Amino acid sequence: MADLSVNIAGIRSPNPFWLASAPPTNSGYQVMHAFEAGWGGAVWKTLGDPITNVTSRFAALHLNGQRMIGMNNIELITDRPLEDNLKEIREVKRRFPKHVVIASLMMECNRERWHELVKRVQDVGVDGFELNFGCPHGMSERGMGSAVGQVPELIAMTTEWVVEVAQVPVIVKLTPNITDIRYTARAAVQGGAHAISMINTINSLMGVDLETGYPIPNVDGKGAHGGYCGPAVKPIALNMVAECARDPSINIPISGIGGISTWQDTAEFMSMGATTVQVCTAVMHHGFRIVEDMIDGLARYLDRQGMSFATDLIGRSIDRFKDWGALDLQHQVVAQIDQTRCIHCNKCYIACEDAAHQCIDRVVDAKDVTQLVVDVEECVGCNLCAMVCPVDDCISMVAVQREESIWGH
Amino acid sequence: MKRSQATEGDHVSLDDLVYDELTRMQMLREANRCLYCYDAPCINACPTHINIPSFIKKIATDNLIGSAKVIMEANALGASCARVCPTDDLCEGACVLGESDTPIQIGNLQRYATDHLRRQKNITLFHTAQPSGKRVAVIGGGPSGLSAARELALLGHDVTIFEAHDQLGGLCAYGIVPFRLPLEVVLWEVDQVLNLGVTVHLNTQVGRDILVDEMIQTYDGIILAFGLGRVPSLKIPGEDLSGVWDAIELIEQIKMEKRVDFIGEKVAVIGAGNTAIDAATSARRLGARHVTIYYRKTQREMTAYPFEYEFAKLEGIEFRWQCAPQRILDENGHVSAIEFVRTKVQTDEMGNVIAVPEIGTEFTAEVDTVIRAIGQRKITELIKSFEVEEQNGVVRVNGEFRTNRPHVFAVGDAVFAKGLKGEAMVVEATEQGKIAAISLDRTLCGW
Ligand SMILES: Cc1cc2nc3c(=O)[nH]c(=O)nc-3n(C[C@H](O)[C@H](O)[C@H](O)COP(=O)(O)OP(=O)(O)OC[C@H]3O[C@@H](n4cnc5c(N)ncnc54)[C@H](O)[C@@H]3O)c2cc1C
Ligand SMILES: Cc1cc2nc3c(=O)[nH]c(=O)nc-3n(C[C@H](O)[C@H](O)[C@H](O)COP(=O)(O)O)c2cc1C
Ligand code: SF4
Repeated sequence: MADLSVNIAGIRSPNPFWLASAPPTNSGYQVMHAFEAGWGGAVWKTLGDPITNVTSRFAALHLNGQRMIGMNNIELITDRPLEDNLKEIREVKRRFPKHVVIASLMMECNRERWHELVKRVQDVGVDGFELNFGCPHGMSERGMGSAVGQVPELIAMTTEWVVEVAQVPVIVKLTPNITDIRYTARAAVQGGAHAISMINTINSLMGVDLETGYPIPNVDGKGAHGGYCGPAVKPIALNMVAECARDPSINIPISGIGGISTWQDTAEFMSMGATTVQVCTAVMHHGFRIVEDMIDGLARYLDRQGMSFATDLIGRSIDRFKDWGALDLQHQVVAQIDQTRCIHCNKCYIACEDAAHQCIDRVVDAKDVTQLVVDVEECVGCNLCAMVCPVDDCISMVAVQREESIWGH
Repeated sequence: MKRSQATEGDHVSLDDLVYDELTRMQMLREANRCLYCYDAPCINACPTHINIPSFIKKIATDNLIGSAKVIMEANALGASCARVCPTDDLCEGACVLGESDTPIQIGNLQRYATDHLRRQKNITLFHTAQPSGKRVAVIGGGPSGLSAARELALLGHDVTIFEAHDQLGGLCAYGIVPFRLPLEVVLWEVDQVLNLGVTVHLNTQVGRDILVDEMIQTYDGIILAFGLGRVPSLKIPGEDLSGVWDAIELIEQIKMEKRVDFIGEKVAVIGAGNTAIDAATSARRLGARHVTIYYRKTQREMTAYPFEYEFAKLEGIEFRWQCAPQRILDENGHVSAIEFVRTKVQTDEMGNVIAVPEIGTEFTAEVDTVIRAIGQRKITELIKSFEVEEQNGVVRVNGEFRTNRPHVFAVGDAVFAKGLKGEAMVVEATEQGKIAAISLDRTLCGW
């Protein structure tokens, strides 16, 4: 089986699977269980000055019976004393020397206080730091978290302060609550970061309780915006990872975070340039045990791909992720419906009819069966029908040669 | 129909429903599994064309009243149908998930939504149109009559139902066993119709208590919805003995009183249609230990649905094929045994499968009760007195259920003939009532 070990900015990890800094990495008890379950590394729940959390902190987006498609939270950083956390980190590293423990840090914008925190934490033997410039709620109102992460100058400055005293690699964790992630990523590079990780959570309001009119979640009737994560954010995170990976001025490794739940998600993030991945929501939903199939599935996938090392996968698709202008306007695909697989739900028909280009016809055949037939001349190859079709491989998009482009070159 | 609850030794009562109530979790999972097909095949497979994806979508969004309204709008007996429709052959049979997955449990979801509606108080879903000034008589208050009455009332007509029984509902009230269709379900549906201002004359047998000529003169339109009669005689000696039941009378007694004076240990049921299955399983639930269905022909000719057959076997019913009853024997005037002759099944010149007795193969079975369940009689006399065209006791109608007599329509089991489109089913009767009502409305209002 393929070798899953990776090396991110000098940090060696038995596999690319890390726990993100969040409730699953709150304590030594949890992190040790996670390592036993197979996780290669853990980014400790963010350390910093003492805070008090609210109760009623999380909320979920359920969709058509699927639980927790997305999740949001208004939790702050660790609410446990720094000494307790440090004692447990030391214990974890003693028991699991080959596993990766990264300390996530957050501090007010003050050079001395950052130095003090870095040195104290460094002493217990962490493998690296992750600077939490991403937390979008609570801490940001106090000038920390995403309040720093949204200002490239502050990112560069704070990163510099940390790098000045850090003896282990420094990862800067970026917030997605910006217009173009590359600006903040470049600032991290400029500040001397050894790697970047993304994404932290996205500003969100989960919902409104329709009986009471209260926001969801609410603390005694009042709510505040929280951070959104989970499977629903994956495309946003993947894009940000890919944008950074293809930017020549961002030449440091990436730890991908956001909506990762499976080995497939992992392989996609790695293909788009991530060296490790970090997981939070999927573990909060199902527990540490999900890593078993992530490891097994990834190894088997690499074997099928003829790759002996997980590192072979890193960045393999970046070259194919371009500016829109680089796409071939001559290329044509059209939908093709496999009549033998069609179950006649007519989903493709109504989607194309009402929301695309009216090019699927319902044709009654000799046996009085209504067939769904694509008018290939009219089909613009948008993929919508294939997306709504509930049957795998029933509708495929096939390349065709056409005299002239539909955009009338 | 869901699994039988009968297991060895367990006593299953007449009220133990054959279907399981869906939990909220099951309901949501099932509703979310629906693909929400466009122009969905299930809609066409439902004789009343309920917009099934629409009502299921509403269940998924917790809009249960809206969901129930979609059902009841298309089908005045939507709550009964959710229990008694042979869904494998109808909506669920057409579900596009049937081949690669399991069909959506449409009947169960329909029951969930309509049960929710039944629990509500003071909800008015439907309103009648401006009064048309036209008077319509509906003869028979079963599913077809109720459906026609509701539609006509909604269209603004002044509707009167004449019903021979002391309550409305027809076979849904007194003919379908309580463990498949509890009485309160159809009585709720009846209330929905009566709430629209429909007048009812119970215990009124048309042709006897009110004369046909009088009706023809009084009403602008007439809907014949009187169904079928009792079980015909077997035409064998001993049929009048005590302990010989007409299946429908037995079921009616069970439905209304939940008991019979005597059922005994051993019961023979003659016939293998839907009624036979209901009678046999009822007899079991009344406490009979050995219930056997005897049928002249083979399993292939049996008219009960496969799911009914499976259900009966689960309930411990035995089946004996190719046995024709010869005579019923007695001890002191009560049934003691029944004599059968084995048959050979052949195809006659007309292509019909017939059962021919084989002389010398007679055998006797000791029984305490015999139940006749060989179909239902036609109501020929009443048909004759309306002077509408008929054939073998079946009223002749066109596609809109018009008889040859202007303004007289006939629907439901009264027009059911083997081999024609449709089956003798509640849902079919309901749809026919609806179609006839709309057609009559067109005539009355001249549109
Ligand atoms: C035992 C049994 C089980 C069945 N199970 C199912 C099932 O599981 N699923 C299913 O879909 N169908 C089932 N059916 C069939 C279904 O019940 C009928 O198809 C349906 O009830 C027909 O409706 P209808 O309105 O035409 O007739 P009916 O329901 O028979 O109603 C006719 C009404 O007319 C009244 N009437 C008759 N003569 C007169 C008169 N002269 N004056 C006034 N009123 C009169 C009767 O009292 C009766 O109330 C079953 C039938 C039986 C007998
Ligand atoms: C309840 C909760 C608490 C979190 N706390 C932190 C934190 O203290 N520090 C941090 O850097 N990120 C924190 N995060 C963000 C996660 O580390 C991660 O970036 C985000 O959840 C996206 O990954 P996911 O989609 O796998 O959950 C938290 C997330 C959640 C849900
Ligand atoms: S009425 Fe009967 S056939 Fe129609 S949808 Fe309901 S259960 Fe199915």
